[in-house]
Amino acid sequence: MSTLRTVLRDARLVAGRDLRIEARSRVVVDQVLPFAVLVLVLFGFALDADHSTLRTFAPGLFWVTVLLSALLAIQRSASLDSADGTGTSLRMSGLSPVARYLGRTTAVFVQLLVLEALLVGGLVVLYGVSVEEWFLLVVAGVAAGVAVAAAGTLYGALASGLRARETLLPILVLPVLAPVLIGATRAFDDALGVAAVDGWAWTGLLAVAALVLTVVGASAHGALVED
Amino acid sequence: MAEEPMSPAPLPEGTASDTTGSRGSRLLGVLALVGLAVLGVLAFVLTDPDVRIHPSTGAEFGQFDAVRMLYVHVPLAVMTYLAYGLCAVASLGVLIRRTPWWDVTAHAAAEVGTVFCGLVLVTGSIWGRPVWNTWWEWGDVRLMTTLVLFLMFAGYLALRRTTGDPRAVSRRAAVVALVAVLDLPLVNRSVEWWENRTLHQQSTLGDLKIEDLTLFTLMLGFLVLGMVLAWLLLHRFRVGWLERAALDHSVAAAIVERRGETPDDELRRAVGDPSPGESS
Amino acid sequence: MTYVGYLIAGWGITLGTLAIYALRLIRRGRDLSAQVPDAHRRWLEDQGSGDA
Repeated sequence: MSTLRTVLRDARLVAGRDLRIEARSRVVVDQVLPFAVLVLVLFGFALDADHSTLRTFAPGLFWVTVLLSALLAIQRSASLDSADGTGTSLRMSGLSPVARYLGRTTAVFVQLLVLEALLVGGLVVLYGVSVEEWFLLVVAGVAAGVAVAAAGTLYGALASGLRARETLLPILVLPVLAPVLIGATRAFDDALGVAAVDGWAWTGLLAVAALVLTVVGASAHGALVED
Repeated sequence: MAEEPMSPAPLPEGTASDTTGSRGSRLLGVLALVGLAVLGVLAFVLTDPDVRIHPSTGAEFGQFDAVRMLYVHVPLAVMTYLAYGLCAVASLGVLIRRTPWWDVTAHAAAEVGTVFCGLVLVTGSIWGRPVWNTWWEWGDVRLMTTLVLFLMFAGYLALRRTTGDPRAVSRRAAVVALVAVLDLPLVNRSVEWWENRTLHQQSTLGDLKIEDLTLFTLMLGFLVLGMVLAWLLLHRFRVGWLERAALDHSVAAAIVERRGETPDDELRRAVGDPSPGESS
Repeated sequence: MTYVGYLIAGWGITLGTLAIYALRLIRRGRDLSAQVPDAHRRWLEDQGSGDA
């Protein structure tokens, strides 16, 4: 269908633009990634634990860190439009809201994947974790990443243009991501050999969450953006 | 001199319509209060505590009098779902129909629902303490799901209170409510898998002998709290409607003032009060 | 009766919260009613203000 191809092409345009902006400004790389590592370090200090305890909590700490850092990445992504009137020109450019949503979500997703990869390294180095099932780890990380990016982009758009949007975004998006936190932590429990759970079943749940949130996000985004 | 029975002064005092009450809502309120009294009597006096005899040791066990929390906790939970369900439907209405009625209904339902939801969590915790020996249990499905639900709608109410274009806020809030409701099955399923056993299951709601007077009292609890819910929704809706009207009214008045139209009757006409018989 | 404290707390907080909320709604309703002239109060179908 030509509309599908148009949407995908436009989405790629938007994603490319967002990622190019990030490549130039390096906000995520310079600020969000260090923040994520910092949170891991803070947890280390706060728990004051030996490696075996940290290893037990590693999946949970990992995903809490990802969620908190994702908030920053999402705020950044949402603000890309509001500076210097690019928002209006994007709207008038005729790109469909769905394409804009998918493009934006993709860009955030890519940034989250980079973040997750770095943090896995952090877990190995700082928490003494060893990865037992790489494939499960990657698939779960991807599924959770899509879910977080999808929900985040929707709520980022929702909060943009309102005063107090920085404090509003976290309380809106984090409860909705509770199932993703639970599922991703359990999947990583399995992949990191921390607990005897069925990581693939949880990854299935993550995939469903990712799908639902993307579909809902794409549909709702249109309602939000036509103001 | 002209009589003015039909044209109230701009700031009416002591007229019949100076509250959000109406004949119907007052009747409902009285019924609800009477019902609460009856419920109290049934819950505390006429029903029995949950006492069971252990088959082999012969010792007494069970919830004893703590079971009386059942009659307030479960109806509160049902009313929470009704209120949030109404909010979801109204939010759909906001997105599809965009009339103020749906918007005010959505907000009212969310606010009342959140009050009830908070009470569900509090009464659940208070009930849980003597029966499960803990104020909180992370693995319990219903508890977790209700907590996340509460947080999602707390976010909704926070969003509602931000300043900004009212139409944009109302549309965004509608999206938040709908996503919250759609996300709920995911939340429920994930928490359910998270811990295979839940205290709610082991507990007593299942093995309570809910029959006869206990059942009747529980049903009465649904009815009475349903009336309380309806009364609160009605009044919260009217308050919301008045807030909108007050905003429109003050905007209209400000516009007129700015246009410098000083004659009194012009001012009154602009803000919707019919002008009195004579013009100056 | 066992667990009296918990029962009083549970029922008391419930009834108290609902009562306080109800009273605040009534008060807000009164305050707003004073600001809004009858003409704008269209939802009051059983009120006498016949003119629009």
